[in-house]
Amino acid sequence: MTTSTPLLSIHDLHVDFETAAGSVPAVRGVSLDIGAGETMALVGESGCGKSVTAMSVMRLITGRVSAGSIHFQGQDLSRLPEPEMRRVRGAQIGMIFQEPMSSLNPVFKIGRQIEEVLMLHQRLAPQAARAQALELLNRVGIPSPERRIQQYPHELSGGMKQRVMIAMAVACRPKLLIADEPTTALDVTIQAQIMELLRSLKQEFGMAVLLITHDLGVVAHFAERVAVMYAGKIVEQGQVRDIFKRAAHPYTQALLGALPDPLHPARRLEAIPGRVPSPRMLPAGCAFCARCKFAFEPCLEKQPELFQVAGEHRAACFLRA
Amino acid sequence: MSAPVQPGFETLAVPSEAAEALALAETPFQQVWRTLRQDRLAMLGLVVLVVLLVLAFFGKLLTEWWVVFDPATVRLPDKLLPPFSVASAALAKELVPPFGLYPFGTDELGRNVFARMLQGSFVSLSVGIVAVSISLSIGITVGGLAGYYGKRKLGFISVDSWLMRITDIVLCFPTFFLILTVVALLPPSIYNIMIVIGITSWMGTARFVRAEFLALRDQDFVTAAQALGLPEWRIIFRHMVPNAMAPVLVSATIDVAYAILTESALSFLGFGVRPPYATWGNILADGRSYIFDAPWLFVIPGCAILVVVLAFNLLGEGLRDAMNPKLRKRAS
Repeated sequence: MTTSTPLLSIHDLHVDFETAAGSVPAVRGVSLDIGAGETMALVGESGCGKSVTAMSVMRLITGRVSAGSIHFQGQDLSRLPEPEMRRVRGAQIGMIFQEPMSSLNPVFKIGRQIEEVLMLHQRLAPQAARAQALELLNRVGIPSPERRIQQYPHELSGGMKQRVMIAMAVACRPKLLIADEPTTALDVTIQAQIMELLRSLKQEFGMAVLLITHDLGVVAHFAERVAVMYAGKIVEQGQVRDIFKRAAHPYTQALLGALPDPLHPARRLEAIPGRVPSPRMLPAGCAFCARCKFAFEPCLEKQPELFQVAGEHRAACFLRA
Repeated sequence: MSAPVQPGFETLAVPSEAAEALALAETPFQQVWRTLRQDRLAMLGLVVLVVLLVLAFFGKLLTEWWVVFDPATVRLPDKLLPPFSVASAALAKELVPPFGLYPFGTDELGRNVFARMLQGSFVSLSVGIVAVSISLSIGITVGGLAGYYGKRKLGFISVDSWLMRITDIVLCFPTFFLILTVVALLPPSIYNIMIVIGITSWMGTARFVRAEFLALRDQDFVTAAQALGLPEWRIIFRHMVPNAMAPVLVSATIDVAYAILTESALSFLGFGVRPPYATWGNILADGRSYIFDAPWLFVIPGCAILVVVLAFNLLGEGLRDAMNPKLRKRAS
């Protein structure tokens, strides 16, 4: 649990996207706290609003933050003027993306791209930036960085590119690293290496990490706390152990039920019936209600708030009220 | 802390790394160059242009700075001589052309057409290149801003609409007559012509750049650059513009040809460069009166214009193919 003021504090965030058919809510009242050096995982299906939440921290969304606040080190990021926000991005908050293949500029050598960040935020001279870039590439585990630094992104494999992206994101020793599905586009063997790299960098630099993923296996190994999102809301939040051992929300239980269990390999995996409701037509009550086998009257009428289960473990379900 | 390279990773990585280095150790420029080299016509265009550039440079050098070929020397006894004529013996010594020969003949005042063509080649190429540089700067800026800021509103109309509607309006002008009018009002100078051609021919570039930017805007590397806190002008001009250059470069090459043609047409009509100074257009215009008596006077500049325009177009076409990844063949 966070002791003093958390590093990042998202409070009641609402993000809407304006479309021709009206405003569509993508995030509906998300509150999150991340302490310094802590790893928080944001889990959910595609389209549940986890990436939108992360992008609104960086203020890089096309949608509109209609309500809520995002405080980073006590500063309200949503009120910060753009030039100051630019000093936060990259320097204070680093970000890595899902697609390492397309996240590097294809026309520049990777060395130049890393140096650019260093020269911009740390005002390093070109030679110093080059030396630092070499060191970073070495640190993220790229063999023969002297040669790689002279290469273009297309000459690197996906895993290498993700390492370069990580090097760029941590170049200025950010306090917070947002990793938006950092391993989704990589093969399984590379995934483990990348997660291991992130873990060691996090320890070395004392970074907090906001890990966005739909891979519960990654969450179990890497995160300390977890928030599960469904249809733009956090449905369950707590320590990794609590979530995996004593999942309180039927959605989390269903997610875990859909995972293969190495102890019972013969068990049939359970799919969750139905589909995620469209954000255009959200029900009045709990968004999971239509797919939930425990649903009862209040679920249809009212949206559940986060009820305490135990300690900081909370779930948005009337079963826990 | 040591690098987290796991044992086994190193050994695994080595062969694939070596293969990668063999297959792909090529800059984007080298890739384009390799494809371009296989295109015979484009290479022909490129060779012609390089030769012409060298000629234009020596033309400037030898006709103005270190005068070997004086385009302005009038030799009335030698007027209207056909190409490869020998200078007449009656000529004063200082008037005799180099080697006593007129490779392209002489005009109605006995001026050495070869010297005039040399001087004109510099004018034509520099007008083409400078005018296109101006049009590129305007086009890239307008297209880039329209593409990047697209949806942002300025008043109640988006930036994109403002800029592209202005582009459409400029596109509606009958460009050549606009140039003609402006040039007629301004003092006749080669710089005015460059500027006027430049500011009336950027619309195509702006549209190309905008189209590329609309596609690039949502690319991950642009988001990544934003997430790294790079300033917007840097993202637009350093990160996105180089990625949008392929179609722009192709159209720029063809635009140079168009600018040369426009300059020649202006000079032909007498609105171009001042008469004692030779350009291909006014040599052609002067030759018009002697079509039957001295056909070389219009055939030579005419062919020169034709060759340059053709060369630029061939190179442009070749570049278009070389820069299109769908048409580019893998080396292997």
